[in-house]
Amino acid sequence: MFVYADNAATTAVSKAALDAMLPALQELYGNPSSLHQKGREANYALIAAREEIARCLNAESREIYFTGGGTEADNWAITEAARLGAEAGKKHIVSDTIEHHAVLHTLARLEKQGFEVTYLPVHDNGVVRLEELEAAIRPDTCLVTIMFSNNEIGTLQPIREIGAACRKKGVLFHTDAVQAVGHVPVDVEADNIDMLSLSGHKFHAPKGVGALYCKKSIKLKNFIEGGAQERGRRGGTEAMPGILAMAAALKESCAHLEENMAKVSAMRDRLIEGLSKIPYSRCNGDPGCRAPGIVSFCFEGIEGESLLLRLDLAGICASSGSACTSGSLDPSHVLLALGLPHEIAHGSLRLSLSEYNTMEEVDYILQQVPEVVRMLRQMSPVWSHMLENTEDPYLAMAK
Amino acid sequence: MLSFMAMEYSEKVMEHFAHPHNVGVMEDADGVGEVGNAKCGDIMRMYLKISEDEIITDVKFQTFGCASAIATSSIATDMIKGKPLSEALTLTNQAVVEALDGLPAVKVHCSVLAEQAVKAAVADYYKRKGLPYDHPCDACGEGGCCGHDHDCQDHD
Ligand SMILES: Cc1ncc(COP(=O)(O)O)c(C=O)c1O
Repeated sequence: MFVYADNAATTAVSKAALDAMLPALQELYGNPSSLHQKGREANYALIAAREEIARCLNAESREIYFTGGGTEADNWAITEAARLGAEAGKKHIVSDTIEHHAVLHTLARLEKQGFEVTYLPVHDNGVVRLEELEAAIRPDTCLVTIMFSNNEIGTLQPIREIGAACRKKGVLFHTDAVQAVGHVPVDVEADNIDMLSLSGHKFHAPKGVGALYCKKSIKLKNFIEGGAQERGRRGGTEAMPGILAMAAALKESCAHLEENMAKVSAMRDRLIEGLSKIPYSRCNGDPGCRAPGIVSFCFEGIEGESLLLRLDLAGICASSGSACTSGSLDPSHVLLALGLPHEIAHGSLRLSLSEYNTMEEVDYILQQVPEVVRMLRQMSPVWSHMLENTEDPYLAMAK
Repeated sequence: MLSFMAMEYSEKVMEHFAHPHNVGVMEDADGVGEVGNAKCGDIMRMYLKISEDEIITDVKFQTFGCASAIATSSIATDMIKGKPLSEALTLTNQAVVEALDGLPAVKVHCSVLAEQAVKAAVADYYKRKGLPYDHPCDACGEGGCCGHDHDCQDHD
């Protein structure tokens, strides 16, 4: 059996997305900036795509800027908010410790340029505390940037409340909603969001296309100098196939949001329940506040890369926050931020589902993972040490 | 998060990872060596059965670590099984890497660990016998496991 359970890394392109992009590769080849009929035809399609994205977020189409993906949108939003802040003499930013590197590395660059960043802790459940956020906002704070849904552990932050707190204090609020858009309801008005990043390939559009939502009252400066595309803010002929596909994919995701959430959450809960039966395992992230599709576990006594590759041999595509899988010394910053010791964080596994997965696949995962964990523990000296030193009667039985 | 590294592993590495040789615990070992550290993500424990005339008659290993850590342990046990102790002591991490048809650069430290594990087990044998031992690890001199580059890569 083959199971793709790495949808937080990327998703398969949907039929709707493919059908929408094919014309842009064929007859709809005009440049949207051209005045002739081929250009106009392309421009109409571009306008419709922008309207569709805006509608799904409850934004206006002039508030949507197409980008080359989530990373670019994060870079743009944060850099711009910081520039606007600096102009007003405000050089303090509030964020948290489990952001994606697109956010963290942009913040690190700003720190080198003299900005000060407060990284809120996320505690052991991976959720920012509202009181701590409010207390962190200072008179010189220009931006709060907190992700909507975490890509490794799937925790959802209290975005609406955070947005309200920022409104009250007059601070710009950006959210990296790359893992949220198309998966949970996102409404920039109701959620009090000023800037939002999204990425097409997380909801069945192709890679390399995303968008930045930026409230119309915010005076964005040009990010890429060039032509008049994206209202002059990001020059360059539009990536039409990707943009049209992204609009179609988001339209479809939003039309089926409720039913997809119900379906995917049910599979997620079955996975969590089944994997929790493995002794010395833990489910990472808050049990209640989580994205429908993301499941993160740590299994003591084993290392994540071997777990991953064993599962790969069994036909299951997953991912891990272990150091070995990133080529770095440390396990994922997200797992460490939860307070997990390195030893345990090395044994992490992330399974991320989409509506394309089935219960049969979940059952196959639940049959394979315990088997692979048992096998790797059998050859693990760390596990042997645990057995030798245990006072736990359950573990002692496994000797 | 992983997505590209598997492609960098040779077939030989994947073969030893999927079907490791000499895995397990040896209750009556004559020498046991353990190297590495769980914080860094790999630990190897090597068990040796050594005959009167100093031939390694049996080897077993246990490894906590990535695919290459398991593969290097497995092939290292193959390379020293049935060999005189003196020959096992000449095992180098380069020889382990070559036997596996190469390792990705960030995984070379695993081969160092395999060499260290063999040497630690032999050292333990000498210690039990009350004999002097003087064969530090050629690759790095001691038990540091974190020799790989620190370039974090994110994929999603
Ligand atoms: C939370 C989050 N932010 C940003 C990104 C980057 O998006 P992209 O790959 O489109 O640049 C990703 C995934 O890749 C993500 O999961």
